[in-house]
Amino acid sequence: MINKVALAITIMAVVTYLTRVLPLILFKEKIKSNFIKSFLHYIPYTVLAAMTFPQILFSTPSIYSGVAGLVVALVLAFFEMGLVTVATGAVIAVLLVQYFI
Amino acid sequence: MNDEYKRGLRRGLPIGLGYITVSIAFGIMAVSGGISVWNTIMISMTNLTSAGQFAGAGLIISGAPLYEIAITTLVINIRYLLMSFSVLQKLKMPIPVWKRLIFGFGITDETFTLAVLEKDELTFEFMMGLITLPYIGWALGTVVGALLTNMLPLSVQKCLAIALYAMFIALIIPATKRSKEVTFVVAVAVVSSIILKFLPISSGFSIIICAVFAAALGAKMFPKEVEE
Repeated sequence: MINKVALAITIMAVVTYLTRVLPLILFKEKIKSNFIKSFLHYIPYTVLAAMTFPQILFSTPSIYSGVAGLVVALVLAFFEMGLVTVATGAVIAVLLVQYFI
Repeated sequence: MNDEYKRGLRRGLPIGLGYITVSIAFGIMAVSGGISVWNTIMISMTNLTSAGQFAGAGLIISGAPLYEIAITTLVINIRYLLMSFSVLQKLKMPIPVWKRLIFGFGITDETFTLAVLEKDELTFEFMMGLITLPYIGWALGTVVGALLTNMLPLSVQKCLAIALYAMFIALIIPATKRSKEVTFVVAVAVVSSIILKFLPISSGFSIIICAVFAAALGAKMFPKEVEE
């Protein structure tokens, strides 16, 4: 049986690698289109945003802890606390709410 | 040891240290979501990218079909095309294609930034030095995070899944504070993603549609000269 996870990892690795090396071996001219440049600038943020909402609310054992984690993450991120602090804060909020309900 | 390689190592050291904490978080996130320790480590060692592999791991956990994983990985990593292209402009040519195929693997948001900020032209040895410690840090942190998670009780592991989304928020919010345009595209992506949630579309596809729509709308309305 083909291991689907191993296949998924291989696909991710190949696609990621290609985005990195294709320009190094193919491109000859500069990208001039402002539209494409701007699009490439925005796309990481829009992908992350679309992945996070509304899924974050349903990522925990109950929606109450999901909301608590979301709020804590938003506040910590607003004060630019860094990836690990924001993630830890959200997890602690979820653990606390789960403990009390 | 080659001087250029050593110079690259020194430049890459802070990136490598920074990667350790983020990849610990990745290891915890992936294993608590149900991916095996070995597969989690393999993801980090073959992908070496934060947003892309966080997204990919999220899709693996949710059982998304392979083509959705492929398209999402492509969409989220498409910025590397631009970055590699900028690096290409700065290379001290000639560098044979096979050497470019090797150091190209290590181009990330952070190594790219340091590479293009260099005053001198980039040699193959410098690029190899630059990516060495980030790679080691990324792999090492993942191992630590993955093994740590397996020691936690299941009830606690279930509460860790939110770590992934919290990190996404930590990547998005600071950028929205600095740019009204980014705020706009993020808002469009969030609203359209919530709307599509009510339609019978798979989540992987919904992400791609919303992300491409929001970024294209933003690029159309605010086609600003973005710094590279």
